[in-house]
Amino acid sequence: MSEYWLAIFFFFVFITLTLGITYWAARRTKTTAHFYAAGGGITGFQNGLALAGDYMSAASFLGIAGLVALNGFDGLIYSTGWLVGWPIILFLIAEPLRNLGKYTFADVVAYRLKQGPVRIAAVIGTLVVVLTYLIGQMVGAGTLIKLLFGLDYVVAILIVGVVMMTYVLFGGMIATTWVQIIKAGLLLSGAILMTILVLVQFGFNPTHLFAKAAELNGQQVLEPGTKIVTGAWDALSLGLALMFGTAGLPHILMRFYTVPDATQARKSVLWATIWIGLFYLITFVLGFGAMVLVGKQGILASGGGGNMAAPLLAKALGGPLLFGFICAVAFATILAVVAGLTLSGAAALSHDLWVSTIKGGHASEEEQLKVARIASVILGICAVLLGIVFQGQNIAYMVGLTFSIAASCNFPALMLAIFWKRLTTAGAVASIVFGAVGTVVLIYLGPTVQLDLLKNADAPNHWWFFPLKNPCLFTMTGAFIVGIVVSLLKPEPSSEDGFAEMERRATLGVISKAAPAE
Amino acid sequence: MSEVESKLHAIAGARFRLAIILTILMLVFYFGFIMLVAFDKPLLGTLLSPGLSLGILLGALVIVSAWVLCLIYVHWANNHYDKVVAAAVIEAQGRK
Repeated sequence: MSEYWLAIFFFFVFITLTLGITYWAARRTKTTAHFYAAGGGITGFQNGLALAGDYMSAASFLGIAGLVALNGFDGLIYSTGWLVGWPIILFLIAEPLRNLGKYTFADVVAYRLKQGPVRIAAVIGTLVVVLTYLIGQMVGAGTLIKLLFGLDYVVAILIVGVVMMTYVLFGGMIATTWVQIIKAGLLLSGAILMTILVLVQFGFNPTHLFAKAAELNGQQVLEPGTKIVTGAWDALSLGLALMFGTAGLPHILMRFYTVPDATQARKSVLWATIWIGLFYLITFVLGFGAMVLVGKQGILASGGGGNMAAPLLAKALGGPLLFGFICAVAFATILAVVAGLTLSGAAALSHDLWVSTIKGGHASEEEQLKVARIASVILGICAVLLGIVFQGQNIAYMVGLTFSIAASCNFPALMLAIFWKRLTTAGAVASIVFGAVGTVVLIYLGPTVQLDLLKNADAPNHWWFFPLKNPCLFTMTGAFIVGIVVSLLKPEPSSEDGFAEMERRATLGVISKAAPAE
Repeated sequence: MSEVESKLHAIAGARFRLAIILTILMLVFYFGFIMLVAFDKPLLGTLLSPGLSLGILLGALVIVSAWVLCLIYVHWANNHYDKVVAAAVIEAQGRK
């Protein structure tokens, strides 16, 4: 029991600190610009850490460490895939997003198109991604906290829901940003400390550790296995989803509005890429550390399907103290991610749906803030309810689903809006809807749901069976094709006319510094 | 098209070309790695030294290459690109 108390103690320290920051942030949150974008006053370095905090979910820390601990090499497929999306964001999306938008990525997609239809489609795209991501995080949170702290599942979900809503509701983006920065700092320092403690036993040479793992578990832990990547098409499709899904996550895209200009936006991605890449490299080492120092049997025996590898390694390395610290960090990780998700969902509902579509862009600051806060509460309640409804479900496919949808529904529309002159309103809407619906339908008809979840062994014999675990190869390319074909069928001159002006503004972000605000 | 406009046009074009080249490099590195995982598992299992397989080395190199590509882009854009754009804007305002 004592290790639970240490973990709970560390967690309360984190909660107290972050609630203090929320109180401080709440007094500074006076306008929508503060609530959605922290007033644009975050530096590139800070935003880089916050992006890393938003992105390094419990799935990537505990999940990848567990995956490596049980399978070895294969964890690298996810680590690399989740990292290579960042350079793509930097090269193609960060600057136009910062220079053209205000609070949401829909600002950019709708820039030269008809506001109403595009915003509604983008809200659907945002909510589908946010809710599937939230389900994965909440169910993961409940299960983990049960394992880590010995708390009841529903109690754990309620704690996450209430604390997260407090951050978002009162502190908006300012509080959320600092929660993410603190969490990223804690997670990175905890992981680095553990890596040092592991490597000191192997002469600070990771290959000695890998060699020991191969000696104990066989050579296959150092080479690609068959569990994650079953075939070439599956590999390609998974790779596309991991890579381009990152560039379609609304809570990540939203963070670019918290920095003052494109220069800082670029710096934020550079820092995020450095931190996240470092984190994945050391998680790989930690996974092997758990394989050798804890052993596969011990990890499997503790439950959670490998997710306990990192906490158990912490216990083996530093006793109850380090175990408690890492457990608390894992909890904090989940809190920060769900706060970011909720805020981006609230921005879509209030900024895109309520203010820009229903009120035609005319709403007072007070009204906008009120609607944004109501939307946050609604999403927070949804998150808690979904977490309870999906209790005990195997939600491993949810992360894949989230990235597939993000890559198929938000990313193509965003790319076409930025780079293709002839995109029309109908084209953008069709692309978003095709991406969202296509992905959900194909995952439902695919092996993950039919074989793993429904145990429908007969499914592959039916004509409707979709053979790939991950549909991104078809749904993402399909979303591009649908967007292009629908646009070409019926041109929209006003959109083409607006392209030159949009391109100019995307290039001249620096002007905003020289010219007086607004 | 005025002189300033053509300068802006040129630098925007240069940025776009660099962005596309770096994107293609990242795609080649990553999907090259993934295709090796899918098609040539034995090759990636080759041991370069005890404990270090080719697969692990290439995976780590994909991560390092992402760092390097980002660094190249940010270095160029935050030093060269921003200065050229800012100078062009000042020139345009000065003529008004």
